[in-house]
Amino acid sequence: MRLRQGQFSFLPDLTDDDIRTQAQYAIDNGWAVSVEYTDDPHPRNSYWEMWGHPMFDNPDAAAVVYEVNECRKEHGSKYIRVLAFDASAGWESIRMSFIVNRPAEEPGFRVVRQEAEGRKIRYTIESYAVREPEGARYA
Amino acid sequence: MLDDAKTVTDAKKRYSAGVMKYAQMGYWEPDYTPKDTDIIALFRITPQDGVDAVEAAAAVAGESSTATWTVVWTDRLTACDKYRAKAYRVDPVPNSEGEFFAYIAYDLDLFEGGSIANLTASIIGNVFGFKPLKALRLEDMRLPTAYVKTFQGPATGIVVERERLNVYGRPLLGATVKPKLGLSGRNYGRVVYEALKGGLDFTKDDENINSQPFMHWRDRFLYCMEAVNRASAATGEVKGTYLNITAGTMEEMYERAEFAKRLGSVIVMIDLVIGYTAIQSMAKWARDNDMILHLHRAGHSTYTRQRSHGVSFRVIAKWMRLAGVDHLHAGTVVGKLEGDPATTKGYYDIFREEHNPMALENGIFFDQDWASLNKMMPVASGGIHAGQMHQLLTYLGEDVVLQFGGGTIGHPHGIQAGATANRVALEAMVFARNAGRDIWNEGEDILRDAARTCTPLKQALDTWKDVTFDYASTDAPDFAPTPDVSM
Repeated sequence: MRLRQGQFSFLPDLTDDDIRTQAQYAIDNGWAVSVEYTDDPHPRNSYWEMWGHPMFDNPDAAAVVYEVNECRKEHGSKYIRVLAFDASAGWESIRMSFIVNRPAEEPGFRVVRQEAEGRKIRYTIESYAVREPEGARYA
Repeated sequence: MLDDAKTVTDAKKRYSAGVMKYAQMGYWEPDYTPKDTDIIALFRITPQDGVDAVEAAAAVAGESSTATWTVVWTDRLTACDKYRAKAYRVDPVPNSEGEFFAYIAYDLDLFEGGSIANLTASIIGNVFGFKPLKALRLEDMRLPTAYVKTFQGPATGIVVERERLNVYGRPLLGATVKPKLGLSGRNYGRVVYEALKGGLDFTKDDENINSQPFMHWRDRFLYCMEAVNRASAATGEVKGTYLNITAGTMEEMYERAEFAKRLGSVIVMIDLVIGYTAIQSMAKWARDNDMILHLHRAGHSTYTRQRSHGVSFRVIAKWMRLAGVDHLHAGTVVGKLEGDPATTKGYYDIFREEHNPMALENGIFFDQDWASLNKMMPVASGGIHAGQMHQLLTYLGEDVVLQFGGGTIGHPHGIQAGATANRVALEAMVFARNAGRDIWNEGEDILRDAARTCTPLKQALDTWKDVTFDYASTDAPDFAPTPDVSM
């Protein structure tokens, strides 16, 4: 499967130049860009690991591409995403999110069904990868 | 002889039994400056032939506040000057003979806080059937901060909705399951699964899907949640389906809402026809239960569409933001349903902005602060397809749910293909916009380029390339580029 999170996951994988133009759009809007990685891609995993702080005072998207590539060197077998954070009143949250790196194999998720009373089913979605301990996934 | 348009201040004359003009009774005060805490209503009035516009405006003020048809001495037991609504300005409507814009101010103490029912019982209560008027339309309202703060506002709001769904930087995508009536629960869930797996964020029950012989509500909910969870696992995304909990009684609606919650749904849906109090109750329930609340504006065109009579949708939008829904349909501009671009922009601004400055060209007559109430997500639905993506993104922006019902399910190669076509078109267009391309003029090229690596998009573009809905609008703003002449 292909993880469809992020705003461009239905497009072909982004090139470094694509990443630069999108990050520059964020910077031009006054948003802080950051890089995060994970080996737990559950859709409700809000907290991917931070690759440094959001780049609050960075005017140049080339620095974002640089950090993405540094992150790839260490975590190239995991998911890496770029986020843009807007601190303005009334938003104070993420404005952009797109995946820039994927594991070579994406085994996907399984649905676990617990049959409850009546015909109710309690659903759990679990990434196949998380059955291995952190650090040993997507090896 | 008393002046028809002047308040009678001599108490003896003012309160002698009988009938007098509304303007004489004190409902017309041309020198009045509205207080910051007043609620202001702007009505479009069409007086009957021979009825003076100022007297008609005063009558509207009177009948929507304290007056009755005759003088009553019991007024004198109250602070009646305060409780009388005051018409303070009447302007002829540009280019519309016989119609006038009447500005009426209401003291805040005329209203119970936190109750749309109470507000509307006054403002659109008796007065719309008033004989001296041919027609009456509530065009806009200014709601003071003190009043706005008595409401919960949207249960979730745009920002938290995005955080819950883990979707940022692009419009959300949805589709209404079709045919809207007749599918069994099992077949219905199939449509939901295919559409969500193909790339949509949401599917939606239609307004009239409740609990009918062909599909009872519990069946629908159970099969839909199977579909939602399967699609979520197939894509690694949070998915939702608007389970319509509209029913005949509040007790039944709560029962359906609780069941949706227990099954893990992120969103439930209600119809506008359940009424303002029921909407507020469900908004409170949604806030208490971490549920996104979708409102389908079923029935609104019966009173919003005609320019001369009824209630403008921009007013309904303001009431719904107070009442506390998260999603509300607001027009597409380019689709099959009514929607002039300038007017629609006004609606979207009411949904999404913290402050609305007066913008007569968009039908917004007053500055309006939203006092940090959450923002509502507009929903664009009805006759839209992938080939219009550049127009939709330009007109409607990023914080919107684009709903392609026929444009998903009617795809020649199936529902998943239809969903994928829409999602690829959307992502390609957002990407191009962010990269600095002129999507309005280059939109078709951008779509064609994206279709080169996406066969479903190519098929969608080929199927619907010539479909447009280009009709004259029945409701565009009436304004003159120069300020109106005050009478």
